[in-house]
Amino acid sequence: MLKTKDILSGNKLAGARLIRFIEDNDPCAFKLLKELYPYSGNAFIIGITGPPGAGKSTLIDGLILEFRKYGKKVAVIAVDPTSPVSGGAILGDRLRMQRHAADDGVFIRSMASRGQAGGLSRATKDTALVFDAMGYDIIIIETVGAGQAEFEIAGLAHSIGVVSIPGTGDGIQAIKAGILETCDIFIVNKCDRPDADAKVLSLKMMLGMRKPDKTGWTPRIVKTIAPDGTGVKELADTFLSHFEFMEQNSSINEKRKELELLYFQSLLKDLTLEKILLFIKESKDFKAAAGKIKSRRMDPLTAAEKIVNKICVF
Amino acid sequence: METKNKIRVLIAKPGLDGHDKGAKIVALALRDAGMEVIYSGLHQTLDQIIQTAIQEAVDVIGLSIMSGAHLPISEKLISMMKEKGIDDIRLTVGGVIPHQDIPGLKKMGVAKVFPGGTSFDDIISGMNSLFE
Ligand SMILES: Nc1nc2c(ncn2[C@@H]2O[C@H](COP(=O)(O)OP(=O)(O)OP(=O)(O)O)[C@@H](O)[C@H]2O)c(=O)[nH]1
Ligand SMILES: [Mg+2]
Repeated sequence: MLKTKDILSGNKLAGARLIRFIEDNDPCAFKLLKELYPYSGNAFIIGITGPPGAGKSTLIDGLILEFRKYGKKVAVIAVDPTSPVSGGAILGDRLRMQRHAADDGVFIRSMASRGQAGGLSRATKDTALVFDAMGYDIIIIETVGAGQAEFEIAGLAHSIGVVSIPGTGDGIQAIKAGILETCDIFIVNKCDRPDADAKVLSLKMMLGMRKPDKTGWTPRIVKTIAPDGTGVKELADTFLSHFEFMEQNSSINEKRKELELLYFQSLLKDLTLEKILLFIKESKDFKAAAGKIKSRRMDPLTAAEKIVNKICVF
Repeated sequence: METKNKIRVLIAKPGLDGHDKGAKIVALALRDAGMEVIYSGLHQTLDQIIQTAIQEAVDVIGLSIMSGAHLPISEKLISMMKEKGIDDIRLTVGGVIPHQDIPGLKKMGVAKVFPGGTSFDDIISGMNSLFE
């Protein structure tokens, strides 16, 4: 039996098992999350995103090391895509961070996207809530993305780092994807490769077009070579200074409120959908309609429309 | 442990084995069979394996051992699992395992043994059968 107080005291086994219940959509998770909620709201949540293979996990490995030097407790949620064919997944991000596996002050959790839109979702948010309540100072979320994922991660994290590498992607793509608006720290990794400075220059030019965001923060650019740690301390310090900046002008409070409202909305959506679908599927109308569709006496479009119109009287 | 939505497996290589091609291929086969596979890489200490299994809330730990040290490694790991309260996680062992060692491993509490040459189908059905 999982106990709230074990999770609050930082017991890793208890925390991990709760996260498993969250992933498996087990109803007992909901009750525990409600009890944990009052103890959350203290962690600084960082989102790291970027194209496949850009070096996100290796960078996070280095960030853990730097944050640990400052005595911070660090949790990582590393999201990898679920194979749409088999439903399985290889969760390989952890491989790059494994030297921290047995560190008491570090908790690394791999997560398969399990078909949730864009790969991020409530499960990630719920998991961050668990880590927050367990007392982790910094939570890092890794997601693969080029485009849509930046927006999703913006709904979960206080500071967003987007990783890019020299010699790829032009500015137009980044503008189209809206990265300029959501990214707080641009990380140019693999700077041991040629054209690193060209990449930085083109980012600078694009950033010149951008106004500071509503909190007043001007995005930074940090150059790194993840495997040997070059620039990683600077990256860690830049994240911390973004956090301090938001604390000093209190914009962190606004950000936290915004994220809570988004959480509330996604819960509303999920719970409503779950309840209504369950209700429909148990109804006589549903069984009757399914029968008619199978025998081709009614088309699925009409059937769906009829059922929904019957429930939604407003 | 009852069957959950998805079987989560930790594939780990303890000790000083030189390469992990076999372990990686097994990881892919398990993924293709619908499992979520955490691959933790070479040279894992038993402490790392235990901590990873805890943090990842896996259903199965799959050890891949080529060094011949499967008996002492499995015994030590099982006693650490008990100590940490995670002995409900199933342990399987694959790699270079002489047939005469299989009964000993089973007696210790290893749930399945997959000696070199076991087909992917047998590994997959062996893993699945733990949760039926
Ligand atoms: N040359 C060079 N290689 C790097 C650098 N950073 C990472 N790599 C290598 O790039 C490969 C991918 O690194 P990861 O950290 O796994 O990248 P990732 O973005 O997490 O990858 P996915 O999670 O699969 O999208 C590894 O082989 C790294 O060693 C770098 O700065 N320079
Ligand atoms: Mg990665």
